[in-house]
Amino acid sequence: MIKRSHFKANALAYLLITPQVLVTLAFFYWPAIQGLLQSLMLSDPFGRRSQFVWLENFVRIFTDVLYLKSIGITLFFSLATALVSLAIGLAIGCLANRALRAKALIRTLLIWPYAVAPAISGILWLFLLHPSYGVVAYFLKNVVGMHWNPLLNGNDALFLVVVASAWKQISYNFVFFMAGLQAIPLSLIEAAAMDGAGPLRRFWVITFPLLSPTIFFLTVMNIIYAFFETFGVIHTVTQGGPGGATNTLVYKVYQDGFIGLNMGASAAQSLVLMALIITVTVLQFRFVERRVQYTT
Amino acid sequence: MKGKRGATLIAVMLAMVLLAGQVWAEPITIEWWHAMRGARGETLDKMVKAFNDSQTEYKVVATNKGDYGEVVNAGVAAYRAKKHPHIIQAFEVGTMTMMLSGAIYPVYQLMADQGYKIDWSGYLQAVLSYYVDEKNNLLSMPFNSSTAVMFYNVDLFKKAGIDLPSKTTPLTWDQMAEITAKLVASGAKKGMVTTWQSWIQIENYSAMHDIPFASKANGYEGLDCELMIDNPKVVKHLERLKSWMADNRFAYEGREYQGPNAAFVAGDAAIMMESVSGIGNVAKNAKFAWDIAPLPVEVEMKEPQNSIIGGASLWVMKGHPKADYKGVAAFLNFLAQTDMQELWHKETGYFPITMKAYESLKSEGFFDKIPYQEVGIKQLNRTVPNKNSRGIRLGYFVQIRNILDEEMELIWNGSKTPKQAMADATKRGNDKLREFEKTNK
Repeated sequence: MIKRSHFKANALAYLLITPQVLVTLAFFYWPAIQGLLQSLMLSDPFGRRSQFVWLENFVRIFTDVLYLKSIGITLFFSLATALVSLAIGLAIGCLANRALRAKALIRTLLIWPYAVAPAISGILWLFLLHPSYGVVAYFLKNVVGMHWNPLLNGNDALFLVVVASAWKQISYNFVFFMAGLQAIPLSLIEAAAMDGAGPLRRFWVITFPLLSPTIFFLTVMNIIYAFFETFGVIHTVTQGGPGGATNTLVYKVYQDGFIGLNMGASAAQSLVLMALIITVTVLQFRFVERRVQYTT
Repeated sequence: MKGKRGATLIAVMLAMVLLAGQVWAEPITIEWWHAMRGARGETLDKMVKAFNDSQTEYKVVATNKGDYGEVVNAGVAAYRAKKHPHIIQAFEVGTMTMMLSGAIYPVYQLMADQGYKIDWSGYLQAVLSYYVDEKNNLLSMPFNSSTAVMFYNVDLFKKAGIDLPSKTTPLTWDQMAEITAKLVASGAKKGMVTTWQSWIQIENYSAMHDIPFASKANGYEGLDCELMIDNPKVVKHLERLKSWMADNRFAYEGREYQGPNAAFVAGDAAIMMESVSGIGNVAKNAKFAWDIAPLPVEVEMKEPQNSIIGGASLWVMKGHPKADYKGVAAFLNFLAQTDMQELWHKETGYFPITMKAYESLKSEGFFDKIPYQEVGIKQLNRTVPNKNSRGIRLGYFVQIRNILDEEMELIWNGSKTPKQAMADATKRGNDKLREFEKTNK
């Protein structure tokens, strides 16, 4: 558990947090309340007509079989993206931590992909894996003989968007893992080595538990990333296809709200998305955080 | 003392002259938000400059606000904040939204109010008809209009020993069956591919075969319309394409244009159905001889209807000072002039909107030099547009196209039969139509 200290509140403290509270109210609560109101209404984009329809927008999305399917796809997509980027980020972090030469250069190069926007990451992977013009796809089809077609096969498409989304997040995870690894006292690892623990055992018994705060933090961040920021990837790579196989919730919100100008439906979906991410995060804090060791 | 007074007098006079000059010379600014980027944007800027140079009263300021979706969104947000432009470019599927927005000043009315007596019959009717109301009044000014045609690889056709198709008489789908079979037999990896599958294989297919896409005259005559795509002809057409996938006579390359284009310019696909706005890309990237033919039709269609357009139009928005609209009308009128339309067509491939500009291009021999540029125009002009072929006017049309894309993909990957997919698409699309109807009651 985190040790908590208590300070006496005074006027200065309130004054100091006022700017932050104002910013939060203006840029978070105000739009959220607007979204809530919008989700209870049917209105045209130009704001000429709107009518209060109670929960009709919610009823409509929850009776849509494809919407329910889209929730499942989103959960799978987010978990897969987080898992892949965490695992690879950790592996690269451990390797880079032991690099003997050119440490700074290696680190810098590994951080680069984070600067790439999700949509561009999507395009890059599309150039590698598109069935008609992808270089790797050509290799897969003609050399390996694999039946690869993300345009028609939903699983292939899901694989492609997970890879493209996870790839750029690896760098982000790498930075944090790197920092986490350097905070682990060498003495512990040396002591274990002297007791005869091999590298794998040292990793599982010492490094991994001591990294648990970093892993926990990154899991939360990665899932939020996968939920909200990946629509650029989906938009450039699959547009939700084939047949809705990669239609995640945030992409549907974008499609209905931004392109289709269906305000009520898109507001209702945003609220569902918000509720979902709050639930997932609360669950993580309740059940996963217990296993996190914050102190050595 | 006297000197000082004289100086003051001079200063006051000078100020008056300067101020007055300001009042007289400052032109009224007309804002235009658009979605044209790259080479198209450059041509657009040329047209704006030509207008600004042609007179001193008005100054048009054209601003690119991103892609079609972003422009409409920017317009919506600006309208709500009362900071909207005079003219906004909106894509054809957004026609219904713009029409019902209450934010627009219909073009026919604007031109009449400003004293322009325009003979609308001198315009390309298939272009105009997409943007008219149920009484045939023009609501928005057509700007960039295209239609779908059939690109083919001449080298692969010759290799397979196939006669090159005519530029005016469409091939029949039965002939297409033979041609694609021959192409694949002679080594082409793929027979045909298509871009924008909903627009070309369902919307245009329905228009040309004179079958309704939706009830109420494709939605022109009422919000209570329903999709009618679950009909034997469309289903049979989709069944045919699906059956061609088995031997690569047809291949699915994605919803938009990138995949099919890549397959065509790489020489993998011998035939590509694509918008005429894709001519530039093919011309730049194809390393083989290619040409354009009209879209194929069924054998029983001796006189097929016109195909329908894609692209965008210019909507005039309400809420500006009266004096501004005189300038807006002058600008729209200027854009429709023959020299502007010729420039637009030559540089972008989008259709000229007036018959006069089309005739003028013809008489200067433009189409003799580049005959494939005329295939689309002829296909649009071959008949008088009727209720099934003048356009499609649906609420939430963007989402309906998405639904169609999804359901068609389920046909291509074998999850659904064409009949089932069209039945499901109809049901899902009708739900959207009812939602739109309720919102706009």
